[in-house]
This record gives sequence, C-alpha cells and structure tokens, in this order.
Amino acid sequence: MGKTALIVDDSSSMRQMVGFTLKGAGFTVIEGGNGQEALDKLSGAPGGKVDIIITDLNMPVMDGLTFIKQVRTRAMLRFTPILMLTTESQESRKAEGKAAGATGWIVKPFHPEQLLKVIDKVLPA
Amino acid sequence: MNLDMTIFHQAFFEEAADLLAELETQLLRLEEAPNDIELLNTIFRCAHSIKGGSATFGFTDIAHFTHGLETLLDRLRNGQAKVSGELTQLLLESLDQLKSLLAVARGEAASAPNSEPLIARIDAAIADSEGQKPTIAAVAAEPEIANEVQRYVFRFVPNRDVMRQGSDPILMLRNLFEMVEEVQVRCNRSNIPLLNDLDPEACYVSWEMEFNSIHPMTSLLEPFEFVSDECEVSLTAVAGYWEDNAQPVTTIVAAPTLADSAVQEVTAAAASSTAPAAETSVNAAAKMETHTLRVSTDKIDKLINLVGELVINQSMLNEVVQHFEISNLPRLLEAVAAMERASRELQERVMAVRMLPIKHAFGRFPRLVRDLAATCHKKIDLRTTGEETELDKSVIEMIADPLTHLVRNSIDHGLETPEERIACGKNEMGVVSLNAFHEGGNIVVEVSDDGRGLDKDRIYRKAIDRGLISESDPMPPDDVLHNFIFHPGFSTAAKVTDLSGRGVGMDIVKQAVQGLGGAISLSSTPGHGSRFRIRLPLTMAILEGLSLRVGDEVYILPLTSIIESIRPKAGDVRVVAGQTEVAMVRGEVLPLLRLYQFFGVEPVVTEPTRGLLVIVENDGRKIALLVDELIGQSQVVIKSLESNYRKVDGIAGATILGDGRVALIIDVPGLYRNVMPAQPIMSTAA
Repeated sequence: MGKTALIVDDSSSMRQMVGFTLKGAGFTVIEGGNGQEALDKLSGAPGGKVDIIITDLNMPVMDGLTFIKQVRTRAMLRFTPILMLTTESQESRKAEGKAAGATGWIVKPFHPEQLLKVIDKVLPA
Repeated sequence: MNLDMTIFHQAFFEEAADLLAELETQLLRLEEAPNDIELLNTIFRCAHSIKGGSATFGFTDIAHFTHGLETLLDRLRNGQAKVSGELTQLLLESLDQLKSLLAVARGEAASAPNSEPLIARIDAAIADSEGQKPTIAAVAAEPEIANEVQRYVFRFVPNRDVMRQGSDPILMLRNLFEMVEEVQVRCNRSNIPLLNDLDPEACYVSWEMEFNSIHPMTSLLEPFEFVSDECEVSLTAVAGYWEDNAQPVTTIVAAPTLADSAVQEVTAAAASSTAPAAETSVNAAAKMETHTLRVSTDKIDKLINLVGELVINQSMLNEVVQHFEISNLPRLLEAVAAMERASRELQERVMAVRMLPIKHAFGRFPRLVRDLAATCHKKIDLRTTGEETELDKSVIEMIADPLTHLVRNSIDHGLETPEERIACGKNEMGVVSLNAFHEGGNIVVEVSDDGRGLDKDRIYRKAIDRGLISESDPMPPDDVLHNFIFHPGFSTAAKVTDLSGRGVGMDIVKQAVQGLGGAISLSSTPGHGSRFRIRLPLTMAILEGLSLRVGDEVYILPLTSIIESIRPKAGDVRVVAGQTEVAMVRGEVLPLLRLYQFFGVEPVVTEPTRGLLVIVENDGRKIALLVDELIGQSQVVIKSLESNYRKVDGIAGATILGDGRVALIIDVPGLYRNVMPAQPIMSTAA
C-alpha cells in the first residue's frame, strides 16, 4: 500500500520539489503552506494520519516548532517520523526541533536523492 | 532518481519575485518601526526562503549572496544587531542586487553587478554585531578508514523517550546491518521493568555488538545521526581482523560535532555537484519560458462547480432533444436558459482567473517615492487606496510603467519643496495618492498630488510656441488646455531634470493607456494640486460592443466610445470647403466619415438619410460614422488580428460571431489618427 507524506513549507517551489520527489518514490502527497494549514490537512487525512511529515521551520501563521508540538499531541501521530527542513545557519534549531518532537532533519539545500535517503533512515520500508 | 530541477525554476522565479516584493515593502516599513519583531521575522523569512530555494534549485550566485544577508537578518531579529538608517540602506541595496541576480537567472539580463562589495559590507555589519570577526568553525580531520575490512565494537543505548520523537531503534539497526557482516549481537534487557510498571511507549533495551565492515565510521554512524544527542552511540574500531583482545585504535563517540561535519560535507558535495548542471540549464529554461499565473484554489473550485453544472445542463438538453415533441418546448427553453446562465457565469469566472489585485502594480511605488524624495529633497507621504481592486493580469503589467511616469511627474513637477510649501501655508509633507476603484464597468486609477497644480499660463504660451493654437486665440477652457500636455514633445518644465521634463512621456503615457483600451484625463487646481485619472477596461479579452452593418460586412464598435446614433434628415449632412463632409447634430458640426469608404467595402447605403450616423467620441472630439444599420449590442471575445494576420489601421481586432462569421472590431482612436489631422479641434463651433 502506498504511503502518505505531508509537506509543510511556505515556499511553494520547495513544496513542489519535495512533492515531486516523493510522488516519484510512490508517496501520496499532502501539502500545507504553514503549520495551521497543515494541521487542518491532517485532520482531513484518512484516519487523521500520515506516514511521514516533512516541515520547514520558518513559516508565517504557525511556525514549524509549534506545528511539531501540536502534531505530537495527536494520538495517531505520536510516533510518526517528522523531518524538519533547516539551513546550516540554524544549528541550535535542530536541538529545539528535537525537543519539540522532531525525528530528524534535512539540511537545505538538498538534492532529491538525499531527501529519499534521509526518509529511508526514519521510515520503515 | 535523477531529477531535472529546471522544471521547478519557473515556480521558483515567481515565488522569488513575490518574496522580493514583500521584502521591499517590509524593509520600507522597517524605517518607521525599527523595533517591530514581527516585521523583522517576516523580513528574515523572506530572505531565508529565497536562500533555501536558490540553493536547492541551483542558483548558487543568489544563494551565496543571500547567505550573509540571512545571517545579518537573523542577528537583527535576535536583537544582536540594531536597525539603523545605514543598515536599512544596505538592506535595500542588497535587495536591488538580488533583483539583478534574479534577472540574470531568469535570462532577462546578461550580467549582474558584482556581489562581492556588498557581501563585504554585509560581512562587516555582521562582524560589527559581534564585535569580532565571524569565526569559522574548525572542522576536525576525519580518520581515514575505508575500503578495508575492519572489525568494530558498537554500543547503542537508546534514550527511553526515543520513540516519542518518531525514531525507531530497530530501523536504525536494520540500516546499520545493511553495511556490516559477521555480526555478533548482545541485547541488554535487564532494564525492562515488570509488566505493571512497563510504559509501552518507552524503550528499555540496549545493544552491544561486534561486526566487520568496509564502510567508514561516518557512514556506519549515519543511521544514528538524529539520535546521537540523546542516545549513547559509540563505535570503536579494533585492530586486526578477528583478533581477540585487540587494542582499540580509534574511538568515535558520535557527538554533535561529528554528525554536523558529516552533514556539512554532504551538503557541500551536493552543492558542487548540482551547480554546473543547473547553471547551464538556466538559459534553456529562460528561452522556453511560459507565462504562468497563480490562481487561488477557490477560484478553480468555482470553475469546477460550474463545469459540473454545464455537464448536467447538457444531459438535460440531450434528453429533451432526443424525444422532442412540441409540448416539450418549454422544457427545452428552460434547459437552454440554464445552459446560457451557466456558460455566462463560466465566462465571468474564467475572466476572474486572470484578475490580479492592482497592488501588484502599486507595490513598486513606496520604494520609488522614498528614493525620489531623497533625490529631490522633498518630503512625501504616499497614500494608496483600493490595492485589492482586481484587474486583468496583462493590464496590470502594462499599466505599471505609465503609472510610474505619472508618479515621478507628480513628485518632480507637482510637489513643491518643503520651504515653498511652508511659505504657502501648506504642510511641508507633500501627499501623493494612488487610488484604484471600480466605476461602472471600468477600473479607475488616479494619481494625484497636493502640489502646485498646472501652470495654465505656461501651457498656453507653450501651446502657442508649438503652433497648437495661434496667439490671437483666447485662453482655451481648462480641459482643452490640460489636454495639450499629452501632445508629443510638449513639456513645460523650465529645466530638464533626471526624473522627468524631457518632453517625452505624457504622450507615451497616453498612448499606453489607449493601447489598453482606456482613457486618461486630467484635472488641476492652481495651488491645490493635480489629478490624473486613468479609466481602464476590466479585461482586454472581452469587449462590450455594438455590432453594425456596412455593406455585407459586420463591424463591432466598442460601446464605451459611442455617444448616440441618429438618422440624419436631409440637409443635416453638408459639404464644406468643397470636399469635407460634415454632419450637423443639434447645432454641433461633426466631421462625417463614411465607413464603407474608409474600409473599402461595396456599399449598400450611400445616402446618409437612408443610413444611420453613429456619433463616437475620443479625447473629447466627436465624429459621425455613416453605417447601414445597427444590429445589436453584444459581448465579443477579442481575437488579435496582429498575431493571425498583421496590423490593420483602424481595426483593433476581430471576433467570431454567433453564425460563425468573422467581424472586425473598430479601433476608434485609430480611426481618428487616420481621419483627422493631428491638430486639436477647437470644439464646438457654430
């Protein structure tokens, strides 16, 4: 059965790129432009659940950290892998992200292959 | 998977343009509110997104330039650096640089100014904020152990809460096991509590193992990268192969430093491998650039609903028509009416897809005004209203330049210097307003200032100089006088400045507005300012027109230019000066144009009293067009003649009529250019 990924980023080109990569790898992709939108999308997803979440940290309306904390309060999503998109200038944010409940991170810029590799690392095949 | 990143370039360009516009707006606000944290966050986010996107999609120049900028902005929002006028200037210059770099990336410009001087200034500002030079983290040299079989001892003690972060220890071990062989594992289960005390979501086990691998330590530790902070992960290479009691040679405890340097290495490698490919593809992408338009999803949803309705309508029609009896006629009419309703709404909605708020055109002005205020030493308050008023995308794109000219003109000629204003008893801060609103079926955009107004005497004298009126003529009424400034080469500026006053411009502005099917007018009160008013059609794709017949041909006349149509009585049409035909309409003498002559059509009606005169107006000048008959009013879709044939004088385009025939759309301003000599008609004689 195909897996579902939620991509949360305010940059639509980023969402497109990540989405395209994941669709190529057989994922069903849901997108959200910020944390709040993503939470709404999650509520609408089948069973309120996805297989993996990939989120940016800097977003309007609801930022990534708040979003991750909110996701972890939902029973269906407590163990769902969450990858955050960071840049190398944000070392301290990795720790904040982990504390909020993120599973791992991908450092921007990344290439689609790297993304898939990192996903393999946190998502059972 | 080898993914061609160029397919995302268009999306990135659009997004970057939006981000830059946003950045510009926010930077200008920053001057007024230097301590607004929300503002600083937004500014940071813009730069951050541009950097992330440009790096990902291979625009290394942009990414390189934005890197320092992002750091600086991060300092600003963390309060480590202070907003100053100088810094704002630096940020604005950086913004301009980003625009140039982006233009190069799009293939619109051949080259951009060198980024390095600005980067140096940004770095200096960053260094200032720390009181020291940015330090470059020393990257420890990694032990070179690779490609030879090596025996390792490995210990992994997961944190109890590891699974609550979505991490799966078993998955990590599985990934590790793909790289190793000859594994001996010991699982430590001693920490598992009694069932009563057991938290099913916690991890109580740990592992110790030995294995052989040809992979370097960094690769072996990679599966544990994300948990190395809170879990104990240690990997030790032991000397020799299968040797007992061997001494450890290198022990690496996976600490953040190692994990980070590994990440950095990967990142750098990725950047260098993607860059060349991406660079070469930029030009290719620019060549096949297609114009795209982002549309909100609810606009699309509405379209889809309407299409749904059309499908239902169609099946209704099918049903009625298949078993048609005359008794079913009412149902048929009903179905047709429903279909008509749906298709008309569909048309409106489809047009709405092309509509954008005019703020896309207004967005450039705060910056322009700020810069001009500095150059002219004037104090200016720019006020905009109606930014959300929607206009066709192409109209917005084409109106931006004329608007810019008008705003420059208002600032340069309209507004007085602060000293002059105080002397006149005005507030030293001059006001330039941009207003957009709906009026009838049109959009009106006004550019006004509260400056000195037009100098009527000067325009009058200049008009005499240029031979537009003769010295013996009295001062014409305001509207005629004001119209003179739209004549080519007409400038009353005493001195030519950088900004305007070269005498080119107003005529170009007028042409541009007319080219959009709009009209421009001007009102001015001495001492109180001037107001330019541009009327624009909502869209250029659909035209409200009157269809009329000349000979065997059908023409469409834009409704906006028609004043009335009358059937002349004998004697209303006269010949003056032996050749020019005029029509007398309620005491006005109007030039008469026989359309069949103009278009070279075989006439049916040559006697004016048997045809109709359609009075059209352009620029306050009226002419009477002789046509055979009026057919009716209709909305027509404009098809470009130029792209299918070539430009024809007096014709704005073509359309396809309900019966499948092609009708030409008359270009009224074009008619004037062909028919009337380029001199002002001194309005209503008689």
